[in-house]
Amino acid sequence: MDEKINKVSIVISKGGLDGVYPGLIMANGARMDGIEANLFFTFFGLDAVIKKRMGKIKIATVGNPGMHMVTLLGMLPGMSAMATAMMKKTMDKLDIPPIPEFIEMVADAGCKLYACKATVDMFKLKKEDFCPQVDSIINVGKFYEISAGGEIIFT
Amino acid sequence: MSQRLFGSVTVDVDAEGFMIDLNQWTREVGVAIAKEEGIAQLTPAHWKVIEFMQKEFKETGQAPTIRKLNKTGVVSTKELYELFPGGPAKKAARIAGLKKPEGCV
Repeated sequence: MDEKINKVSIVISKGGLDGVYPGLIMANGARMDGIEANLFFTFFGLDAVIKKRMGKIKIATVGNPGMHMVTLLGMLPGMSAMATAMMKKTMDKLDIPPIPEFIEMVADAGCKLYACKATVDMFKLKKEDFCPQVDSIINVGKFYEISAGGEIIFT
Repeated sequence: MSQRLFGSVTVDVDAEGFMIDLNQWTREVGVAIAKEEGIAQLTPAHWKVIEFMQKEFKETGQAPTIRKLNKTGVVSTKELYELFPGGPAKKAARIAGLKKPEGCV
């Protein structure tokens, strides 16, 4: 058998439900298998840990070819909210929690959460804007330091 | 399929050591598997999780997710990771005599 993975550091760089969930599922799954896990939120991925935004993340129905939806239809008011609601319902049945609960779950599972300093500076954010599960705001150098000896996954 | 002796009981297990038939499970088997998983002693908190998982499995055919264990008030996620360190859902399922959990969360 190949060598076991002992540590992963996962970067979540994209916003929207489809941008945020894969990284959360991978980090949580790592913890479930006893693998050390770090999550680094950057750019629009940062929405997932911003108190005011984390509960309002939607799936894009425009400019998202994965939705298999005609662009004009996706533009209709409420379309994104409807698609989001449908998706949430399906995921809830699979016990995939909404983002705020997922952040809490993955943190309780022992995963460490970090926010990207460059993005924080760019969007003029403060530590208080983040949910309490965020350990600290770190720069890219610190991220590599924290990730040393493990795998880095960019999503 | 192969067989393993846990305590004084012989049970059928799969390639990864998960039990195939919950009917063969006894508390003695649970204690022996727990030792193998590095848990020297099963406390009442462990048994609460194990018993709930077995009940859920009998009703649904699946081991409950960590989220369900948390939401039903059986055990908080933090406590679950403390009780079964290094892979709580799988370890607890194996000790409880259930098949390996299949879900991603």
